[in-house]
Amino acid sequence: MRAHRSSVVAALAAVTAVTAVAGCAAKNDGKGGGKGAIEVTATDSSCELSAKEFPAGHVRFAVQNKGSKVTEVYVYAAGDRIVTERENIGPGTSAEITAEIKAGSYEVACKPGMKGDGIRQKVTASGKGAPAERDPKLDAAVAAYRHYVQEQADQTLPAAQKFADAVKGGDVAAAKKTYALSRVGWERTEPVAESFGDIDPKVDVRADGVEKGQKWTGWHKLEKSLWEEKKISGDDKKLAGQLITDLKDWQKRVGKAEITPTSMANGAKELLDEVATGKVTGEEERYSHTDLVDFQGNVEGAEKAYELLKPVVAKNDPALAKELDKQFKAIRALLDDHRDSKSADGFASYDTVGKGDRKKLSDGVNALAEPLSKLAAAVATTK
Amino acid sequence: MTEHEGTTTEDAGAARTAEGHAPSRRSLLGWGGAGLALGAVAAGGTAAALRTGGDAQPAGADATSRSAVAFHGRHQAGIATAVQDRLHFAAFDVTTDDRDELIALLKEWTKAAARMTAGDTVGDGAVGGLAEAPPDDTGEALGLPPSRLTLTFGIGPTLFEKDGKDRFGLKGRRPEALIDLPKFPGDNLDTARSGGDLCVQACADDPQVAVHAIRNLARIGFGKVAIRWSQLGFGKTSSTTPDAQTPRNMFGFKDGTHNLAGTDTAALDKHVWVADGAAKGKESWMAGGSYLVARRIRMHIETWDRTSRKEQEDIFGRDKAEGAPVGKKHERDAPHLKSMLPTAHVRLAHPDSNGGIRILRRGYSFTDGTDGLGRLDAGLFFLAYQHDVREGFVPLQRRLAANDALNEYIQHVGSALFAVPPGVRGADDWWGRELFA
Repeated sequence: MRAHRSSVVAALAAVTAVTAVAGCAAKNDGKGGGKGAIEVTATDSSCELSAKEFPAGHVRFAVQNKGSKVTEVYVYAAGDRIVTERENIGPGTSAEITAEIKAGSYEVACKPGMKGDGIRQKVTASGKGAPAERDPKLDAAVAAYRHYVQEQADQTLPAAQKFADAVKGGDVAAAKKTYALSRVGWERTEPVAESFGDIDPKVDVRADGVEKGQKWTGWHKLEKSLWEEKKISGDDKKLAGQLITDLKDWQKRVGKAEITPTSMANGAKELLDEVATGKVTGEEERYSHTDLVDFQGNVEGAEKAYELLKPVVAKNDPALAKELDKQFKAIRALLDDHRDSKSADGFASYDTVGKGDRKKLSDGVNALAEPLSKLAAAVATTK
Repeated sequence: MTEHEGTTTEDAGAARTAEGHAPSRRSLLGWGGAGLALGAVAAGGTAAALRTGGDAQPAGADATSRSAVAFHGRHQAGIATAVQDRLHFAAFDVTTDDRDELIALLKEWTKAAARMTAGDTVGDGAVGGLAEAPPDDTGEALGLPPSRLTLTFGIGPTLFEKDGKDRFGLKGRRPEALIDLPKFPGDNLDTARSGGDLCVQACADDPQVAVHAIRNLARIGFGKVAIRWSQLGFGKTSSTTPDAQTPRNMFGFKDGTHNLAGTDTAALDKHVWVADGAAKGKESWMAGGSYLVARRIRMHIETWDRTSRKEQEDIFGRDKAEGAPVGKKHERDAPHLKSMLPTAHVRLAHPDSNGGIRILRRGYSFTDGTDGLGRLDAGLFFLAYQHDVREGFVPLQRRLAANDALNEYIQHVGSALFAVPPGVRGADDWWGRELFA
């Protein structure tokens, strides 16, 4: 849980503002609307469009599913951000999708069987204010990162379900065993989850972060019941169900998160900030002392973002890439020192980690986070 | 006065105001004629009537506390330099085991130190640059004058050898005088506040400037070094300028009356600087350097405050009002040691009781809040420079630790010794270059 808005949130707010302005302008000049919807003809093996270039603004897609499988249609912006989508379009049925689309390049995808990346077509919305073309390598990095984030959310749900089931069943021991593991996917991708603003305070808030009038929900409330009160109340069982509902919301919204190469880079740094402010101090998991599991998750998530951006970083700032490779390796080795095969989550309880070792971990985080803070600059400047 | 004093690098013409450059600290000051004004002060103190920018203070009144101290020279600044009001001292552990990486860091540190002591920002500055990236300089000293910042660099014994390991191929170059300090009676040393592979002493007349310097050096060092401990100090407890009023320590006494003067070059050569002749062979890199002892001395403030004035004065061997030695009228009257108690602090510490030993003290008072038991966590952060601790601090502290009446009210809780290399000679030189040569 973070007290401040992450830069991802700030970036999202800025982009939203731009979108709104572009939307209004397009509406006013009356272009792109009217009867001329773009026809999308979907089959089991094709995805045809009546127009691949259209004016920016209020755009309608009239979808016809002529295939034998249920399909869905997505409009993706660069980096695979979902601009709009419609699921469950049955065989032989049609559906209409509308969206405010600003000038730029997009992809329309039909997904027969509602699986995979879909059959894609490149489309262009023309008009003023088109964003500058980005290095395709960076778009690929963003798309791959979004894929990773989605995968983490998808994998979190069953792990969280296991935990929730244990809580609902009143099984304290089983709930304790599954608690930390249910959080790993979340910890790996936290800055993206935080960018939605409303999910994080529901699922990952700590006691001291609860605002007046806010009900304390989520993982840490259950953590307190399990380790501090050592029992599961009726309310806790309801909260376990609520946790799953909120996580499903997160899973659904990941595709629409605004992710840019710099927000990815700064998100990686923010993951290390999470480690520095919450995990190294033992504040995050104050009852369960499973901080090292979160620590590892944060580091893995940061490393993933870095690995995806690395082709660009290695070209723009080879010394930085070298330093980051070295520091990621060093922090992994430091974490390895605290592995415990007897523990359910693979790590030693953080309350057994002495002052000297905590200092070493803290120094390791500083050593990695400082060069990591230069990652955004390295991907923002093209040489 | 050494060559560091009286010279000022304050130069408005050097402040970069050209378009496209992020403003430096100095260029933000808006002193059109500051360089000229300070130059005039340096030349003869005739600029008292000149005013700096919109400040109501005459330039002459604050020129000394605002100006820059030259970074380059035969000796490092911050030793004989007139003592500034504030301190941020940091001891570092070297976390890399790569010699080249350590050398690269020392070069980078030296570059940043030269800039900061001149009142400039680190790297590309604190503002401007990419919006998505953190600035090079942390920015809290933006708009502040150089404030006589000095950064003094030292090397601890553990850089040469630690746990029997020759860490950077330097073992053979460890100077004889860079000993492992013996344990003194009464020491209650906290290892987390002691030792260190490297140190940087930041002194300035503005605490913000001193803290900014250490913070930025620490940031540059992440991944190669980590701060082991650091100490903030205020209210310099000794003076290297005899004409200035002797400051009082946390016990309310004037301390350091007979400290070495920064202008007494003969005494400095004799007691503080490592002479060229003394630094031969493996130690040649220390010629012109010095040795720094740092001790965190906790004072039992509350019990002291409950002690009668007579006892307080007997313990020190001076009166509280004037600082005059026992039986004398004025602070600077020559003390008659035999009329003091045999356990009096001044009597025991005086050069006449120690075979003429003199050290240059540069300590500061500190208060780190309260200790959890409601007692002020305060005392003296003792800093002293000398050419050989085996003749200086060690015998002196042995005598004090065994006999000093003050021991009832103080406890040494942190300790470190550093070899302070000679000064950085020019733009291509760097801290410790000759050691790594």
